[in-house]
Amino acid sequence: MIGQLPALQVVVPLLAAPLCVVLRNGTLAWLLAVATSWAALAMAVVLTGQVLAGGPIAYAMGGWLPPWGIEYTIDSFNVLILLIISGSAAAILPFARHSVADEIAPEQHARFYSAFLLIMTGLLGMAATGDVFNLFVFIEISSIATYAAIALGRDRRALTAAFNYLVLGTVGATFYLIGVGLLYAVTGTLNTADLASRIAPLLESRTVIVGFAFISVGLMLKVALFPLHQWLPNAYTYAPSVITTFLAATATKVALYSLLRVAFAVFGAGYVLERLPTEAILLAIAGTAIVVASTTAIFQKDLKRLLAWSSLAQVATIVLGVGIGNAQGLAGALLHMFSHALTKGALFMAAAVFALRLGGTSLERLQGAGRRMPWTSAALVLAGLSLVGVPLTASFVSKWTIVLAALERGWWPVAGFILVTSLLTLAYVVRVVEALYFRPSAADAPAREAPLSMLWPLWLMVAGTFYFGLNSSIPMRLATQAAALLLGVAP
Amino acid sequence: MTGPEIWLAATLAIPLAGALLIALSGDWPNFRDAISLLSATGLFAANVMLVLMPDHAGTLALAPFLPGAPLVLKIEPLGLMFGLLASGLWIVTTIYAIGYMRANEEANQTRFFACFALALASTMGVAHGGNLITLFVFYEALSLTTYPLVTHHGTPEARRAGRVYLGLLVGSSIALFLFALLWTWAVAGTLDFKPGGILAGNASAAVLSVLLLLFVFGVGKAAVMPLHRWLPAAMVAPAPVSALLHAVAVVKAGVFTLLKIAVYIFGLDLLATLDARDIVLAATGFTILAASIVALREDNLKRRLAYSTVSQLSYIVMATIVASPFAAAGAGAHLVSHAFGKITLFFCAGAIYTAAHKEKVSELNGLGQRMPWTMGAFALGSLAVIGLPPTAGFLSKWTMFQGAIAAGDYALPIVLGLGTLLSAGYLLPVIYRAFFLPPARSGLAATAEAPLPMRVALLFTAAGCIALFLMPDLLTSLPLEAIRGRR
Repeated sequence: MIGQLPALQVVVPLLAAPLCVVLRNGTLAWLLAVATSWAALAMAVVLTGQVLAGGPIAYAMGGWLPPWGIEYTIDSFNVLILLIISGSAAAILPFARHSVADEIAPEQHARFYSAFLLIMTGLLGMAATGDVFNLFVFIEISSIATYAAIALGRDRRALTAAFNYLVLGTVGATFYLIGVGLLYAVTGTLNTADLASRIAPLLESRTVIVGFAFISVGLMLKVALFPLHQWLPNAYTYAPSVITTFLAATATKVALYSLLRVAFAVFGAGYVLERLPTEAILLAIAGTAIVVASTTAIFQKDLKRLLAWSSLAQVATIVLGVGIGNAQGLAGALLHMFSHALTKGALFMAAAVFALRLGGTSLERLQGAGRRMPWTSAALVLAGLSLVGVPLTASFVSKWTIVLAALERGWWPVAGFILVTSLLTLAYVVRVVEALYFRPSAADAPAREAPLSMLWPLWLMVAGTFYFGLNSSIPMRLATQAAALLLGVAP
Repeated sequence: MTGPEIWLAATLAIPLAGALLIALSGDWPNFRDAISLLSATGLFAANVMLVLMPDHAGTLALAPFLPGAPLVLKIEPLGLMFGLLASGLWIVTTIYAIGYMRANEEANQTRFFACFALALASTMGVAHGGNLITLFVFYEALSLTTYPLVTHHGTPEARRAGRVYLGLLVGSSIALFLFALLWTWAVAGTLDFKPGGILAGNASAAVLSVLLLLFVFGVGKAAVMPLHRWLPAAMVAPAPVSALLHAVAVVKAGVFTLLKIAVYIFGLDLLATLDARDIVLAATGFTILAASIVALREDNLKRRLAYSTVSQLSYIVMATIVASPFAAAGAGAHLVSHAFGKITLFFCAGAIYTAAHKEKVSELNGLGQRMPWTMGAFALGSLAVIGLPPTAGFLSKWTMFQGAIAAGDYALPIVLGLGTLLSAGYLLPVIYRAFFLPPARSGLAATAEAPLPMRVALLFTAAGCIALFLMPDLLTSLPLEAIRGRR
């Protein structure tokens, strides 16, 4: 049983998803989804223990040996991603019920939870698989379920947002598939490890370079890295709040994980970082993205949209960490994935509570809510501090690591850039704080604190950001090991 | 846990628990104010216990934090001095604040007192922080916990001031201070406070000079120009905030941080060899004179006092950077003496506002007859800030003066002399107006003294200015112990 965990991790939610539809009843479907997410988290935790104790696990799907069969490889890199996905789902699903009851028509509830589980399946699969074509399949599973889930949003603009994402997402997935096709044409294999050994003598061939380009651009679209980000702000703003929370905590990071995995495991660190001008490209793009996205976030009038733009900036910060190109930078990037998942999860949860209680998330509606909804507001402020990267929060540790990486390479301007741009984050967080606490509320403003079932997951996430800000040893260890693994050096 | 550990933990636990209880007791104002007073007294007692610990030794690990950079508290003479100062004045300020907030019928008093306690917890962390990263963490916490106090009134003006406040303090600390801290970590491999410093031999003179500049301007709370704007902006806050936080805790946290960096990160011997010292001396000298001149022309009393603080802080920075042991001890002494003087002046400004609703210097004519106690205390506080006997300000300025001369540095004495004249120029007219000019025809007739708790507080701190003059050892013994080692 324990030996089958790498497969079960993905298969259990995959089977639970259609069961939700069969159950038809919203409450039952919700219970099943919660149970599934907790089971997934438990499996991820056990896998983490195994990897930390005994190193990477290889699993041959259906008993077919690689390179012919599909192989799942669990190592310290994707175990961190599995933890992020299943942990977010396990916190968000218990939280979801009131928000879903408010935002989704009752007859759609079962289908909503089914879509949620399918997104989760897709993301978990993307993280677990060791096969580049299988990766494409899971990208599509998660994407198609995401389009459906976004379209369930109660605002009619959710439909255009979903359609927009569908078009761009399909372009991205297709690009990825073209890239994989080109690699398959020259190597005749789809297994990551096998590809890596066969591609080594062919690295200078034009086909391989073009394949790498297609794969990178396709996945970058999923990462929503500037300038391929247009789909994201609307999708996050108009999607049901619960879906936004889950996507913001996981989706773009898993896409970035896939990109890093393919780039480093197949093409190799030397090729990606030294042969190709990746560092320069990533630094330029990420730097522009951070400035543009953060500045745009400052001028948003709606909390969800503001947080969506902030997500773009934070993902760019992760990419910047990768672009620094040493083990420390990569470890910092992975840590930032983890801390940002916690932080942004908490922030969007708070936004979901405001959407439920105040009927919307425009900053105008939030005015004076600090007094009427003290617990939610305080959670939002604390998570906001983590977003800025204030000491004692998880983001401080990850940003610290990235800045040290830049210093290690002697790149003082990059280090300064990261520090200075966190002040842009401060600017938009302060705007939210001012609205909550220092502006008078409207006379007829509704005044009710969130239900307890929403408050505890929210505060759990907030507590997580502070716990890992005070004691970062576990994520730090996983991230350092993963970075060493990707770069092919001893940790 | 051993004795030192318990009392170190208490310096954080007491104000934090106080903040929590205050937040929960919003519906019972008397209970809430009793909690405030009790926390302040308890915190002071904890700091006294720390001073009594044998050999001033003891550490307390708080959290693992980052690999190689844990959060720790540590007993250390400079920190003891700052901890005693802030916690002792917190008691007085709480008495004052209870009178002030009630007399002015301020809104959101629960949030006010809770944030006040949180700010004091942060101050204790700054004072007793056992390495630079711990100090930095609490330094940031102090900016964040005082922000709600600055924006307390929620008016557009207060929100604007809050933005300037957070923008400058957090901005400078992240862009410059944190940068310098990371750089120090990168070259020295540690952030521990060590007698004699950790940087010697680890970096070139050029790098060290850059680091010094990053630290001096990154510690925005020290308000060296051009990073001083947050302090006048913070004057929109209620008077108790201006008194304890923006004359003692926050601003002194800034100069205290620089003093610690000078003594334990650079080491005074290394500091004395750096070229960038001249830039800092020039910047602080300019700040002293420029801020004093602005204060001369400022009609709003609290803003005049704020600019006076800006200039006085630069004395402390300057004396620190002179890098002779005696001047640095003078810097520590001035940190204390100025705290007593300036908190008295702010108490008086708040009392005048409460009793007479006056905020401008030009409106104070004849107030001395109506509020003799308040204006008398104002006169004593002024003497302390100017640096005249029989007040503590005279002793600390004298020590800095002597220390600089002994080190062969003549910039400080000259600026010190000019600055003293200028400070007499902006403070004495206030006293002259109050006591020697006839009151304007309107107003004043119905004015009486401020409520009793406020009067008690301001008379106490005014008396403190004189008491420290009579017991000079209290001012200099702890800084000298930090610099020379315990004998």
